[in-house]
Amino acid sequence: MRESIIMKIHYGTALGAVVLVAVHVLFRITMMSYGDSLQYENVIANYKFVPYAIMLELILVLLSVHGFNGLRVILIELKQGRSYEKAVTYGCLAAMAILIAYGSRTILMTSMGMT
Amino acid sequence: MAEEQSPTEASSKTVTLRIAKSNPEHDSASQFAEFKVPYERWTTVLDAILDVKKHMDHSVAVRYSCRQASCGSCGMKINGRPGLACFTKISELNSDVVTVEPMNNYPIVRDLVVDLEGMFSTHKKMKPFIINEESEVTANTKEFLQTPEQVEEYIQFSNCIKCGLCNSACPTMATDSSFLGPQALTQAYRYVADNRDKGKNERLKIIDESHGIWRCHFAGSCSQVCPKGVDPAMGIQMLRGYLLGFKK
Repeated sequence: MRESIIMKIHYGTALGAVVLVAVHVLFRITMMSYGDSLQYENVIANYKFVPYAIMLELILVLLSVHGFNGLRVILIELKQGRSYEKAVTYGCLAAMAILIAYGSRTILMTSMGMT
Repeated sequence: MAEEQSPTEASSKTVTLRIAKSNPEHDSASQFAEFKVPYERWTTVLDAILDVKKHMDHSVAVRYSCRQASCGSCGMKINGRPGLACFTKISELNSDVVTVEPMNNYPIVRDLVVDLEGMFSTHKKMKPFIINEESEVTANTKEFLQTPEQVEEYIQFSNCIKCGLCNSACPTMATDSSFLGPQALTQAYRYVADNRDKGKNERLKIIDESHGIWRCHFAGSCSQVCPKGVDPAMGIQMLRGYLLGFKK
């Protein structure tokens, strides 16, 4: 994949994450007091509200893609070499996939009441 | 026979010139040699170095040629900041001690001389010439007329003298040895922005790689040190505009 496409994804995920995290924070402070919003029942209720669970899933994907691409960029700037760069790229992709899979599992289980 | 005199010998003001001396062929360590050099208001750092070379230490290695900021040969770190020795007056440094060192981000040949081969090779990689089949000289060769606005698009970027100061000041180049660097990227923009050129896509493809244009952090230090007023940081951002689809 061309670097410009990767960077377009990088910038797009950053913008998307900023918007969705802002919505997430606004939900926390406008619906009830911030302290109450973090009560166990209220947190679980968020996951059971499907549109909100979808938004959390989107935040997870956006931040994972953005974060691990950022890590890849930092690592290839620190050290160079064909095999090293290949290892960094695939390592970051694998770590991103694992994080998304684990996070999605949590969101799915909680929204289905498997807690 | 009259005794040869230093041109600045009659001066009452002196400065301590600290010259970094190293020879990687023998030892990678760098040592500073100190010299008291007389100077006048117009004395440049290069004048002072040549004064030392002529009268105090013949072994000082320095590369220079035109002495008027045209050839880009005498780039070095002057009091920690990359600059042309022939274009920096001692009186403007406002310091009693002037430290000169080889430029960062280049292999040292000896003392103040660095190997610029890497920069020239990335420069060549950018195809620094007009790509246009019609530009070949034939019997029917015609002129490519440009409006002042079209010239304005690239003219400042064609002032690059390949001194390498921008690459020396670049923080990305300090860690990423494969990074193309501001000099090469600016030259890519110089030709991409030229309406006579038809090689835009070729050049954009060359710079759009993992150690290409996207590794620029926009620190802007390249633009600050350019002795010819070129703004590489801006050129790089304009090139990004092409790759992101903001510019056609």
